[in-house]
Amino acid sequence: MNEVTKIDGIGSSVRRTEDKKFLTGKGRYTDDINRPGQVQAYFLRSDVAHAEIKSIDTKAAQSAPGVVGVFTGSDIAADKVGGPICGWVVPCRDGSSTKEPPHPLLAQGKVRFVGDAVAVVVAETMEQAKSAAELIDVDYNELTPVVDFVSADKGAQIHEEVPNNCYFDWELGDESATNKAIESAAKVVKLSVRNNRLVPNAMEPRSALAEYDSLDESYTLHTTSQNPHLTRLVLAAFMFAIPESKLRVIAPDVGGGFGSKIYVYIEEAVCVWASKKIGRPVKWTADRTQAFLTDCHGRDHVNDVQLALDENNKIIGLRVDTVCNLGAYLSAFSVVVPTILHGTLLSGQYDIPTIYTNVKGMATNTVNVDAYRGAGRPEATYLLERTMETAAKEVGMDPAEFRRINFIPKDAFPYQTQVALQYDIGDYEPHLDKAMEMIDYSNFEKRRAEAAKRGMYRGIGMSSYIEACGLAPSAVVGALGGRVGQWESASVRVNPTGTISVFTGSHSHGQGHATTFAQIVADKLGIPMENVEVIHGDTDKTPFGMGSYGSRSLASGGSAISKAVDKIINKSKKIAAHLLEASEDDIDFKDGKFVVGGTDKEKAFGEIALAAYVPHNYPLETLEPGLEENAFYDPTNFVFPSGTHIAEVEIDPATGVVEVVDWAACDDFGNLVNPMIVEGQVHGGIAQGIGQALLEDAHYDENGQLLTASYMDYCMPRADDLPSFKVGYTNTPCTHNDLGVKGCGEAGAIASPPALINAVIDALSPLGVTDMSMPATPQKVWKAIQESQSVAAE
Amino acid sequence: MEIKDSYELPLSKERVWAALNDEQFLKKSIPWCEKLERRSETELAAEVKLKIGPMSTRFTGNITLSDIDPPNGYTITGSGKGGIAGAASGSAKVKLIEDKDTLSTTLSYEVSAQVKGKIAQLGSRLIQSTAKKLSKNFFGSFVKQLEDMDNS
Repeated sequence: MNEVTKIDGIGSSVRRTEDKKFLTGKGRYTDDINRPGQVQAYFLRSDVAHAEIKSIDTKAAQSAPGVVGVFTGSDIAADKVGGPICGWVVPCRDGSSTKEPPHPLLAQGKVRFVGDAVAVVVAETMEQAKSAAELIDVDYNELTPVVDFVSADKGAQIHEEVPNNCYFDWELGDESATNKAIESAAKVVKLSVRNNRLVPNAMEPRSALAEYDSLDESYTLHTTSQNPHLTRLVLAAFMFAIPESKLRVIAPDVGGGFGSKIYVYIEEAVCVWASKKIGRPVKWTADRTQAFLTDCHGRDHVNDVQLALDENNKIIGLRVDTVCNLGAYLSAFSVVVPTILHGTLLSGQYDIPTIYTNVKGMATNTVNVDAYRGAGRPEATYLLERTMETAAKEVGMDPAEFRRINFIPKDAFPYQTQVALQYDIGDYEPHLDKAMEMIDYSNFEKRRAEAAKRGMYRGIGMSSYIEACGLAPSAVVGALGGRVGQWESASVRVNPTGTISVFTGSHSHGQGHATTFAQIVADKLGIPMENVEVIHGDTDKTPFGMGSYGSRSLASGGSAISKAVDKIINKSKKIAAHLLEASEDDIDFKDGKFVVGGTDKEKAFGEIALAAYVPHNYPLETLEPGLEENAFYDPTNFVFPSGTHIAEVEIDPATGVVEVVDWAACDDFGNLVNPMIVEGQVHGGIAQGIGQALLEDAHYDENGQLLTASYMDYCMPRADDLPSFKVGYTNTPCTHNDLGVKGCGEAGAIASPPALINAVIDALSPLGVTDMSMPATPQKVWKAIQESQSVAAE
Repeated sequence: MEIKDSYELPLSKERVWAALNDEQFLKKSIPWCEKLERRSETELAAEVKLKIGPMSTRFTGNITLSDIDPPNGYTITGSGKGGIAGAASGSAKVKLIEDKDTLSTTLSYEVSAQVKGKIAQLGSRLIQSTAKKLSKNFFGSFVKQLEDMDNS
């Protein structure tokens, strides 16, 4: 048993136990589940971006073949059903709060983006529902759409409650001190960057299956959610005003989320509502076009940056003015992403004496924008690391050295930034050094020269990122405008034979929790991993928990499991002491055995479990039977993973194609539980970052039509767009959780875009190119090369 | 989206203008047109079947004639609904200029069009080329019919 422990425990690259079903196509997703008598819902969506609804005629659709119900916004209003809510708001500079317009489940009087749901048709089959939807006649009075978010304040007002289309105008930091630093600086580096808009593109489209049981007046909803308990809370308390106990939410296997499945969407709520109205189970599954149109998009910022340096090239101040696009309605975390998760990251890995940022969140006639892998932190890292690279080039320093002299020194931790966060621990030079070594930085110029001989432009670029994740201390979250707690829960049930069922409030939709969490329990209890089963995603089984987002599952959910296991060990010691006729204080627990110190008297963990459930010889007068413990863990701080990524590219001037030829990622995630899973997360994150930097761009035309609504026009990264990644680690264990872990899920997507764009610009720097916007498509790069050559020819 | 082109016809301006106002003649020039009916002096109802990229859709809509300046030209404005595929609208300014010396007429047109819904989402890259092709087909076959009639 001890040998197995060593193989399976914390730090082992155990193969993912969940992969067997996924790799053999046996995953069980929401759309795989069917119920007798089930009907299909199809949403008629607005094909105009901004309009008043003059009338909706559903008569013909009502009597179409197979139709069991057609409903519009007035039916929802008549039943007084609420809409999705915003989970986090911020104060504005003028003292007002974030403007929160209502978001009806089906449009009421007005449509605000292409894809806004106008009516729902419920029919026996999806074909019948779709055909009937074509018979609905909607008469629109079209209004001028607002598409460009930077000028949205001058556009037609989208919501009565949102003057100038500005949801919030928020600030953080010391404006006058920062402006003074900029005025007195030896040099001010200025840069404007755009963080391109992304479509999340989870492999599994969103889906919902709702059933109503009229006998016990309860609902069951299967849905594609990253956080089923929050979905239940929002649906029960804010939309339907029913007791939570009358709604069971199950998020079975979920095929990717990346943030887009955090929020409660209107479709799943309409299915719940319609299931009672019709008295039959109602299913809806998005097709890919609907996913493009209605899944919350990500990013979409413009940032104006001013970085003030003294005569020694040390940073003395940073000002960032940001405008971001939040789309047609406020989604659950859309406000916190560009503010709290963005503004507080602006110190990066650097010792910056004063920082100020202002963020304006704008309404437009585009789909809602919310968290997408990294959520605010990629935007902060992109603007900062692009500016660091630009500054280094402008002052004539090597970018690595420029970063190095501005790093927070390792003896300065805990380090209080000027943007609210306090970093508990970190050490930045080692990962910079190691990443440079991994990519052979010192010999880069030789490789550049060799490439030039082949007619190729070769470039190198880096990014030293930090992120704040492991959301988060509840009191801090509350003080910053959050409307939920951010603790996590675990329930550890020891079964009579010593096997374990772990019930977690986190949710796995690709992260491999069944493996990682089992390793923690196996390691702590000294039992084989296969004796540990992880259960998640069902509100009737798991304790109330917050789900998975913000790289929080291990730091928060894993810590809760660890705490529950500690309680199991403590109680087991009491049982062992009784069985071994020793004092509890003399019992040592090691390698799955409870031993009386200094003797060979011992009891295995399984014997303790059995004694707890068959308490014939048991201290019942002082100890309850059974062996099951709960823990609710509220972290005392965020966790702060950091690292350096270095990208190397080659550009073919004939085509403008950027080939990523090498990549070194050196990250400090604290202790690693399963290095193989961590490496997979790093790979996936970088792949998404490369997608953002080179390929992906969600584009609406001036009428608010989404032109990139299929894979013909929205380019996702594929295997042949990616190099073989070099992945390495440094480790400064987190100081405030038992496992010493940070988070790794978002780091790759945060670190990679600036490293890659810096490399592209470096490759083109001999031509005089100093800037490049994302995505650096072949056309854009080719044009930059042509323009530089025509400038040179003049 | 804007498209411009012109054709030179060996015919008088009056002759071309008459054809431009004869819906039966127009319908014959639009092979994909399934219905074209005059409703009034300035209004027509149309039904056309189009294939744009992966979508084959029947549009029903109305056409209005404005800026009528016989025999020098007019503006055709149309909008059509293509059901689940979305909708399209657009206008074409048609001008006729006669060259008295060669006894020929130059027909020039400027089309602008907008699309909505699934056509925009799936076919936006193909719209310019499709619209160009359709415009060319129409005016090309319009001219050919006129020439054929003239020769017969």
